[in-house]
Amino acid sequence: MNLTAIRSIYIFEMARFFRTISQSFLAPVLSTSLYFVVFGAAIGSRIDEVEGVSYGAFIVPGLIMLTVITQAISNASFGIYFPKFIGTFFELLAAPISFIEIVIGYVGAAATKSLIIGVIILLTSFFFVDITIAHPFAMVVFLVLTTISFSLMGFILGIWAGNFEQLQIVPLLVVTPLVFLGGSFYSISMLPPIWQTISMFNPVVYLISGFRWAFFDTADVPIVTSLIAILLFTGGCLTVIWWIFRTGWRIRK
Amino acid sequence: MSNIVSIRDLKKSYQDGFEALKGVTLDIKAGEILALLGPNGAGKTTLISTICGITTPSAGSISVGGHDIVTDYRAARSMIGLVPQEINLEPFEKVINTVRFSRGLFGARRDDAVIEKVLRQLSLWDKKDAQIRELSGGMKRRVLIAKALAHDPRVLFLDEPTAGVDVELRKSMWEVVAGLKADGVTIILTTHYIEEAEAIADRVGVIASGELMLVEEKATLMQRMGQKQLEVQLTAPISDIPAGLRSDALSLSADGSALIYSYDTNSERTGITALLSKVSQEGLVLRDVVTRQSSLEDIFVTLVQEDVS
Repeated sequence: MNLTAIRSIYIFEMARFFRTISQSFLAPVLSTSLYFVVFGAAIGSRIDEVEGVSYGAFIVPGLIMLTVITQAISNASFGIYFPKFIGTFFELLAAPISFIEIVIGYVGAAATKSLIIGVIILLTSFFFVDITIAHPFAMVVFLVLTTISFSLMGFILGIWAGNFEQLQIVPLLVVTPLVFLGGSFYSISMLPPIWQTISMFNPVVYLISGFRWAFFDTADVPIVTSLIAILLFTGGCLTVIWWIFRTGWRIRK
Repeated sequence: MSNIVSIRDLKKSYQDGFEALKGVTLDIKAGEILALLGPNGAGKTTLISTICGITTPSAGSISVGGHDIVTDYRAARSMIGLVPQEINLEPFEKVINTVRFSRGLFGARRDDAVIEKVLRQLSLWDKKDAQIRELSGGMKRRVLIAKALAHDPRVLFLDEPTAGVDVELRKSMWEVVAGLKADGVTIILTTHYIEEAEAIADRVGVIASGELMLVEEKATLMQRMGQKQLEVQLTAPISDIPAGLRSDALSLSADGSALIYSYDTNSERTGITALLSKVSQEGLVLRDVVTRQSSLEDIFVTLVQEDVS
């Protein structure tokens, strides 16, 4: 294992994050604040409580998930696509490192970035609503697993993408709808029965439900189911990455 | 001298069926400068990319410092530095960071003294904190070399290092290469320019359509390539070369309007003076005199024809 190489990739990627600090840091904080203003204050003031939690507080876990998932995907996919786009990717191929080390470096950096943003949003939300976290340890586990699994997915996306349009299309057409319909802003139990059934096919429901359980001790689905869902998703991404590694798909000619 | 790179019957076919390398066998000696000459699309870059691990070989084997590039890729690649043909750099990155990154990527511990030495060697030290987009084209090319040298490679590949580079910069690039050779680095460079090979190489290999046509000591090859032609254009066409002028080196153009004389620029006596005085003795009137050096393209054609026969 070439640990020096992993560290170099990680530091290099993190440096990009801190170099574009306003873009990577202020943008999510601003958009989250806007969500709080619109959903929490303007609309939330007309909704009493959801499952015994004030609406403003209820949306916090969903908001964090929403941002963390989109950030993890965009950071990881951009991180590996950019060297392909500008042509510096050759250096990774010529270096004495294996594909696994490349994955650890890039996915590790992308997961760290989205984790930092997740924490920032949590801190921001303290300014708007009163929150107590029922299961802090479970919250951290869920957050970390989510950042890693979606960074893995972003990495796959970045390897697959042949242009910037393809890089955007999956997050835009698949991930964003899934996250919005995954109960970021509402409880699945508020839906008509048919939509509740349909929602069960949305993997993000399990994530948000589990994450919300960590905050408020209430959930749409059992916590174990949530945990299994995220582990399955992580396993699926790892399988695809293993396959890319075996075949050199879109990497080596 | 021992061999540091050994290539055996290397073949590379792409998915579309294009055969970029058709069985290349080549030994590169430790400490030498080997120039690979060849026209565009000859397979020079494919050869280099395959040795460096960017392209996977279809058949054959390569070892670097005794390490097979597939089974023992970590040891093999640690010895190699690659300067690509295209200037591929992160525009917003600082020079020193990108060079440090390359060193780390190759598994070498962070060592600022080495980075400083490399940057000074390439006259980039005062630009170390500049963003890459602020640099001139020549400087960017030197940043690429600095990145390739950051982990102290024993073998350096330079893929057309002086393509599109002005004369002055080309000379300074040659000096850098000479300095590296003095440090014991083995250098393989590809080029279009015969003068470049002539100026810095110890040996020259010629690649055309995926095959290594020859590898020779520079001095030997330069003699072969040193053929020049003198065309003596006449005011009135003649039907035959006058008896007094006849020699193996002289021929008549198809329309009879010019005498074509082949000579060797490397020899002490080219015979031009004697030829011209004989021409006037024969009473032929000159219209113009033109000299031509056989181009690289001509040499390839000759080589390919020799190969076929």
